[in-house]
Amino acid sequence: MPDSLPADSVGVVTPQTLHFDTPIELACGQALDSYDLVIETYGQLNADASNAVLICHALSGHHHAAGYHSTDERKPGWWDSCIGPGKPIDTNRFFVVSLNNLGGCHGSTGPNSANPATGKPYGPEFPVITVGDWVKSQALLADRLGIQCWAAVVGGSLGGMQALQWSLDYPERLKHAVVIASTPRLTAQNIAFNEVARQAITSDREFHDGRYYDFDVVPRRGLMLARMVGHITYLSDASMGEKFGRELRDQAYKFGYDAEFQVESYLRYQGERFSESFDANTYLLMTKALDYFDPAYDYGGDLARALAEARCEFLVLSFSTDWRFTPARSEELVNAMIAARRKVSYSEIDAPWGHDAFLIPTPRYTDIFTAYMDRVAREVSQ
Amino acid sequence: MRPDLEIIQQWIQPGYHVLDLGCGDGTLLDYLQRERGASGFGLEINPEHITTCMGRGVAVIEQNLDTQGLGNFDDGSFDTVLMTQALQAVRRPDKVLDEMLRVGREGIVTFPNFAHWRLRWGLALSGRMPESEALPYKWYNTPNIRLCTFKDFEALCRQKGIRIKSRRVVDGQHQNSWLARLWPNLLGEVAIYRITRENEQ
Repeated sequence: MPDSLPADSVGVVTPQTLHFDTPIELACGQALDSYDLVIETYGQLNADASNAVLICHALSGHHHAAGYHSTDERKPGWWDSCIGPGKPIDTNRFFVVSLNNLGGCHGSTGPNSANPATGKPYGPEFPVITVGDWVKSQALLADRLGIQCWAAVVGGSLGGMQALQWSLDYPERLKHAVVIASTPRLTAQNIAFNEVARQAITSDREFHDGRYYDFDVVPRRGLMLARMVGHITYLSDASMGEKFGRELRDQAYKFGYDAEFQVESYLRYQGERFSESFDANTYLLMTKALDYFDPAYDYGGDLARALAEARCEFLVLSFSTDWRFTPARSEELVNAMIAARRKVSYSEIDAPWGHDAFLIPTPRYTDIFTAYMDRVAREVSQ
Repeated sequence: MRPDLEIIQQWIQPGYHVLDLGCGDGTLLDYLQRERGASGFGLEINPEHITTCMGRGVAVIEQNLDTQGLGNFDDGSFDTVLMTQALQAVRRPDKVLDEMLRVGREGIVTFPNFAHWRLRWGLALSGRMPESEALPYKWYNTPNIRLCTFKDFEALCRQKGIRIKSRRVVDGQHQNSWLARLWPNLLGEVAIYRITRENEQ
């Protein structure tokens, strides 16, 4: 944490763990008899519980979206740039709820949690969770918090898919869905990258078919490779070029196979750090949830028909250099919304940072996001 | 409210689904939504305008008519397609008109008249490209690359089988003066056309 808290920070926050005892039926046919969800909240819920905003996290995200856990924490939550007093998601006006999704590895029940039936970690026995399952669990969380209708459900990337799914599964329970840097379905190329990541993990000798907890090891190398390939898809050619170029760690070529270029050591560092903090089975699960996401599937591939169920208004944002979920994917979503006569606003924001741009505040992004959320807040206070 | 928008709103039935090409800061759509119960979208490329639309609850899509067209809108999916003061700024006004009347049952178009007497006078007298309140740019930086006169527009409509349902001509202050009605192509500065396909009612 910086020496003194910035005025636009939500400050020091404490996560809470909520326990759920009612079994939840999942898309795969299995059920979880009981589970925990870890959440953080920022701001105050108003008297009629109409100012609540749900934040949905992406692949490697979690409940810690804003503020600091302690005065020792070096960096704030993952979306601190957009959540706080006076920020686009203004905590002076909204009650913000952020959770770690089911299947996660930051405190909510997931593959590394103890299976009540065996007392040992679920490991590969943990059911594959879909975006629809997450939304279902988030609706139960809303019930628990006394929130009948979200002022907005907001998410980037995989989080945006959850916001979209909300609009289809619980049309009466949200006023706005904000879908940022997302897509209505993964392309073959997207799935291919996920498969490389999964192969990297499952082919690690320390993976032990997902039972590595029993052996007290972690498939570190596999996770590191998975993160490295993922990380490349989050950045753009230009942003990597600007950050690293062809810069060497030392002056001259060494004619060996160590990390010589800065970009190599950066990726290795990122991969290593990630492998120390993230669960491999959760990574597999999250990539699978991404691959399966396709709300048009039940409507013969017709996304507009799927969207006919939606009642909320939509904000869709894409970023010019995002090649993971390109602006064309967002436009596909917007066009289906137009065909379904849903109220939607769309902008492609010019930003050089690739997919990661949704986490980085740029003036245009901040302006649009602020203007839209300001209007959402005005509707609430009426 | 701007008098041209005042005229346009009279042609929007309650509950109409409207597409506004080059919707600016969303003033018209905002008004139509609130006062006419209309729904619909605005297309815009100016970042400040897009932000303003979003802040006031106008559904705005960032879309460039010149490069992206209207291919993403279904045939007959709008009651009315509006284009105020933008026809002269698109690369192919003829194709935009076709597209307007493909996606909408009706179109409302407004544009500045290049045959207004002051412009004619200016060109004749000074020999320089005319400038006016409605056309405040230099020839080299103007976004208005397809200027035309009322007569030109009407000739194009005839050629394309487009029926002009109504035409209102106003002066620079968008007042509906009797002089402009008398000699529109000479004295009218801005025209508001309500158009449809020949076979439409």
